[in-house]
Amino acid sequence: MITFELTKEQSLIQKTAKEFAAGEMRQIARDCDENDDIPPKVLNKAWEMGLANAAVPEAFGGIGMARSAMASALICEELGYGCASLATAIMAPSTFIHPLIDFGTEDQKQRYLPAYSGEKFAAAAAALHEPHFTFDVTDMRTVAQKSGDHWVLNGVKRLVPFAQKANHFLVLAKMGDQTGLAHVGAFIISKDAKGLTVDQEFEKTMGLKPLPKSKLTLTNVNVPDKDRLGESNSIDGRRLINTLRVANSAICVGLAKAVLDTSVPYSKQRVAFDAPIATRQAIAFMLSEMHSETEAMRWLVWKAASQLDQNSDATKAAALAQHYANKNTVIIADRGVQIFGGHGYIRDLPLEMWLRNARTLTVMEGVVAA
Amino acid sequence: MVDFTLNAKEQEVIREIRREGMVLREKYARYYDEHEKELPPDEFPEAKEFAHIDKMAADRGPDATTPTVFYLLMLMHRTWGDMMRLKVPVTALGNASVVAAGTDEQKKRWAKTRLSMANTEPGCGSDSKAIQTTAELDGNEWVLNGEKIFVTTGIRAEGCVVWATIDKSAGRGGIKAFVVMKGTPGFELVKKEEKMGIRSSDTAAFVLKNCRVPRENLLGMDDIVKKGGGGFKGLMKTFNLTRPGVAAMGIGNIMACQDFVAEAMAKEGITVDYEAGQHKRSAIQQKMIDLEAEMEAATLCTLRAAWLADQGKPNNLEASVSKQKGGDVSRRCAQLALEILGAMGITHDQLVEKWFRDARITDIYEGTGEIQRLVIARELLNYTAKELT
Repeated sequence: MITFELTKEQSLIQKTAKEFAAGEMRQIARDCDENDDIPPKVLNKAWEMGLANAAVPEAFGGIGMARSAMASALICEELGYGCASLATAIMAPSTFIHPLIDFGTEDQKQRYLPAYSGEKFAAAAAALHEPHFTFDVTDMRTVAQKSGDHWVLNGVKRLVPFAQKANHFLVLAKMGDQTGLAHVGAFIISKDAKGLTVDQEFEKTMGLKPLPKSKLTLTNVNVPDKDRLGESNSIDGRRLINTLRVANSAICVGLAKAVLDTSVPYSKQRVAFDAPIATRQAIAFMLSEMHSETEAMRWLVWKAASQLDQNSDATKAAALAQHYANKNTVIIADRGVQIFGGHGYIRDLPLEMWLRNARTLTVMEGVVAA
Repeated sequence: MVDFTLNAKEQEVIREIRREGMVLREKYARYYDEHEKELPPDEFPEAKEFAHIDKMAADRGPDATTPTVFYLLMLMHRTWGDMMRLKVPVTALGNASVVAAGTDEQKKRWAKTRLSMANTEPGCGSDSKAIQTTAELDGNEWVLNGEKIFVTTGIRAEGCVVWATIDKSAGRGGIKAFVVMKGTPGFELVKKEEKMGIRSSDTAAFVLKNCRVPRENLLGMDDIVKKGGGGFKGLMKTFNLTRPGVAAMGIGNIMACQDFVAEAMAKEGITVDYEAGQHKRSAIQQKMIDLEAEMEAATLCTLRAAWLADQGKPNNLEASVSKQKGGDVSRRCAQLALEILGAMGITHDQLVEKWFRDARITDIYEGTGEIQRLVIARELLNYTAKELT
């Protein structure tokens, strides 16, 4: 049955995330961007509300909300509306937690999840990106080779969120010489694993500035089979990557909506040649298209998320959602800067920051949330 | 629970519609494109074979998709076959006006009479309030004078809902709708238009010269004159019902293009890898993903507008969003399909070039893309039509 109806629980999740975004994120976003820093208070508060970890089962000390890609998408959109940088920081641990819930063995959940059901924000993240511009998730250069009862990992990962604070990483790697998402392997690696180097420099980026990111180097890191996600059962690499892609796209929707909702009142209030600029078709048509595309993006995200929740193959839907959301978020953020003119370029207002964030978010290939 | 799947019965309906569409494609689509002067029959012989579809669509089980959403889906898939139908529906756009603006008695009276709608004039299209055709009350008859063009189903229909002003100084408030039956003296067919595409659809131009119609042919009857304003609102309400429908038809054309291109690419050993990032894709594969994403975006916006209507919620904004996206996508994606196919795409060996021509109308009729953008912007900005022109 085709329906756009959210469940009561989903509406509540959406409302909670919306209120958090309005109350806790927007007002500190600029300072965080300027200082490349996020106050622990906001991370802890989001954590307390379970925005990134509510799906940890009660058996492991968590809230035990049903794991749902739709719920994640709703949260991500609302947080992205508040501030994309903070959204990626708040949700970063979910890129470790959610795959563990989705694919981990009981033993793995038992060993790792309790650490992520505490009262304070616990850093963890997936490590996906690699330092070459032709990076492709279906053909990574970080390789895991089987050797007896363990795996040997070699490679370099870049832009890993909270790398310096994280206790655990979910390192994504190519299994042997097999290409394609189905063969993406995921390995749980502790910060103190032998052969793992966490670079102590923060990587500086144009957007998502306050999200701390660093380089990981893996030199013959031995990972026992029991720490390969899913252990001997090969995990569904497609599902893992699709989950990341959908969550990333959902943040894009929120960012785009923020640009639109800020541009509408401004263009009504800003007068040029004796009339509000919103009364000119050049501006009004931009706003129309920004609205239509934001709506379209959201429904593409919902479709992919609903497929994930129904356990059907969402690869195509996720790819289309990501392609569409990534493309249009940048266009919308760019239009926002244009509507505000010089004010859009000045760092007093958030428009230029949103454009930098949009550009950055859309090349991250979804390692920012799950 | 958000869901975009169809139940088994619904999937079966869509399969049957596609089977019906193949008959049109294989037997009639090209013929009526090339023989524009011939009007396709009201019912082709093969129609009987598919008479069960409506019945199937009416009984889709307890977990059925809501009616407007499913109706639009059917419309998309019908148009995947062709703009033509094996059996032309009894009602046309004019009947939608009767439903929107007529009295109960009028609705009953013309329920089974096919009525076209005459709104556009040589000097006005999307700007319906600039209508110049006049109607004057003379005794118990309305006397109509003016010119009407681009009247869809104008040849086939038994009558026509003509929009005319009874008081030019009243602007929108003066515009009312009148049912004019064929054969009424003074109601003359000027010509059947020749078009770039949708050639099987008859488009007529009429002139009204002192054309007298009974007083009770005014939609909404005398009450609507006393109250004022209702007529134009009726016209706009007609468009509110039909904008997502027009989008759906454009999307159907694009679905056909997409299918054809995917098949043509597969024959050449080119498949689209949805897993890999863009660095691994060729320009052609990237174009295909673009086409599919745009098509999906327009589809979901259209279904959203319909879903809101089914929930009894206002959907004026969403109807315009669907039409705007539908229009954009109809133009751009048909072009993308032709770009991918290269020179073989423009030949008459197959129908893609026809679908391109057919799809082009989507961004024009039922309010151009520009008008939709105005409607959307007015809603967003809370501006009146006067404040944002």
